[in-house]
Amino acid sequence: MAELDTSGGGGKKGGKVRSKKASTRIDLTAMVDLAFLLITFFIMATTLAKPKAMDTFWPDKTKKDVQLPVPESRTMTVLLGNNHSIEWYVGPAGKTPPTVDHFTKNGIRKSLIDKSKEIEASHAGEKDNYMIVLIKPSEKATYKDFVSMMDEITITGIKSYAVVAITPPEIELLKKDGNF
Amino acid sequence: MARIKIPRKSTAIDMTAMCDVAFLLLTFFILTAKLKQEDPLRVDVPGSSVKVNVPDVDMATITVGHGKVFFGLEGTDLRKSLLEEIGKKYTQNFTPDEIQKFSLIPTFGVPVNTLKQYLALSTEDKKKYQQPGIPIDTTTNSELFNWIYQARIVTKNLHNKELRFAIKGDSHEQYPEIAKVIDVLQKQAVNKFSLITSLNQGK
Repeated sequence: MAELDTSGGGGKKGGKVRSKKASTRIDLTAMVDLAFLLITFFIMATTLAKPKAMDTFWPDKTKKDVQLPVPESRTMTVLLGNNHSIEWYVGPAGKTPPTVDHFTKNGIRKSLIDKSKEIEASHAGEKDNYMIVLIKPSEKATYKDFVSMMDEITITGIKSYAVVAITPPEIELLKKDGNF
Repeated sequence: MARIKIPRKSTAIDMTAMCDVAFLLLTFFILTAKLKQEDPLRVDVPGSSVKVNVPDVDMATITVGHGKVFFGLEGTDLRKSLLEEIGKKYTQNFTPDEIQKFSLIPTFGVPVNTLKQYLALSTEDKKKYQQPGIPIDTTTNSELFNWIYQARIVTKNLHNKELRFAIKGDSHEQYPEIAKVIDVLQKQAVNKFSLITSLNQGK
C-alpha cells in the first residue's frame, strides 16, 4: 500500500524524460499496527490491579501487663460462623440472644453503626464511650469472612476492635442457629 | 459537454501522529511494567474497600492457601543473606551457587531439608514441582518462625529498617490456618501486619 508517486510520468507528450521524484512519505500503517500490538501485550502482561494492603493491629501477646479491662456493656461481640453467617450480641455473653446477620450494606454494617451510636449515647457521661468490637471467628469461618469483617470495621470507623478466640458457649450459640 | 472532474482524494491518512502516540504509550508501558510473577501457590485473594497499595521494598509475604504456607521476601540481597543465616541455623552448607539460585526465587514453600534438592532443579522442573509448604506449628522453633525471625534480622542489618509483613490468604481458607500464621507472628511481637486484598468496588 506504499504510496506511489502518481503525479509525474504518464500522459505527457513531448518525450522529455524526467527523473521521477521519489516520495518522501512512508506508509506508517504497519508500524502503527505493530506499536499497538506491543501496547496491548504490555497492558495485558502488567499487573494493573495491584494488590492492596489492609493494615491490622494486634495486641502484644509477649507482654502480660498491657491488657486493659473491657467494660462489657460497651462491647459488641461478633461471631463468624459457616457459610458467611454472622451472629452478634451486645453486652455480656448470654444476656441477650444473638442476632443473625449477613455481610450486606443493611446487614452488619447498619448494625455496627446503630449499636455504636446507641452505646455512645448510653455512656455519654463517661470518660470513654466508644464501642469495642470483639471479633470471634469460629473454625468454620473462612478467611474471606474475616477480611470482610475487618473491612466493615474500617468502613464504619470503629475505634476499637480485637480479634479473640471463640469460646465453647459461643460455638453453642452458633450451632443453635445452624451456623456451625 | 465539459465534464466536471471531481478531484479524487487520496484515501491514505497521515499516520505520523498516530505512530508517535502509539510509541509514546508503548514506551510508557514498557517503563512502568512490572511483569506478572508466577506465584507457586495460586490463591484467590478476598476483596475489600481498602485502597492502600502494598509496598515494594522491605516486605515479606506469607502466602496461605490449600493448607500450605509459602514465604516470600522482596530483594535479592536480603534473600542471599537470609539463606546464609538459615544455613547456619540448620547446619546446612549452601554453596554460593545455591545462594545465587535462591536469591532469584521470590516465593518458595519447601522445608529446609529439601531446599538443596529444590534449588538443584531446572527452571521448568521447579515450576512443575509441587512444593509442600513450609512446616509450621505452635512452638517458637518451627521453620516458619525461623524464616520470619531471620528475615527480620537480615533486613535490620542490611537496610536498617523494620521488615513489614503481609499475609496473602486464599478466600476459601479456613480461619484456623490463618490464625496459626498470625500466632507465629505474634509470638515474635510482630503485632502490625497487612492483609493483602484486591479492590472490589460497588459493595
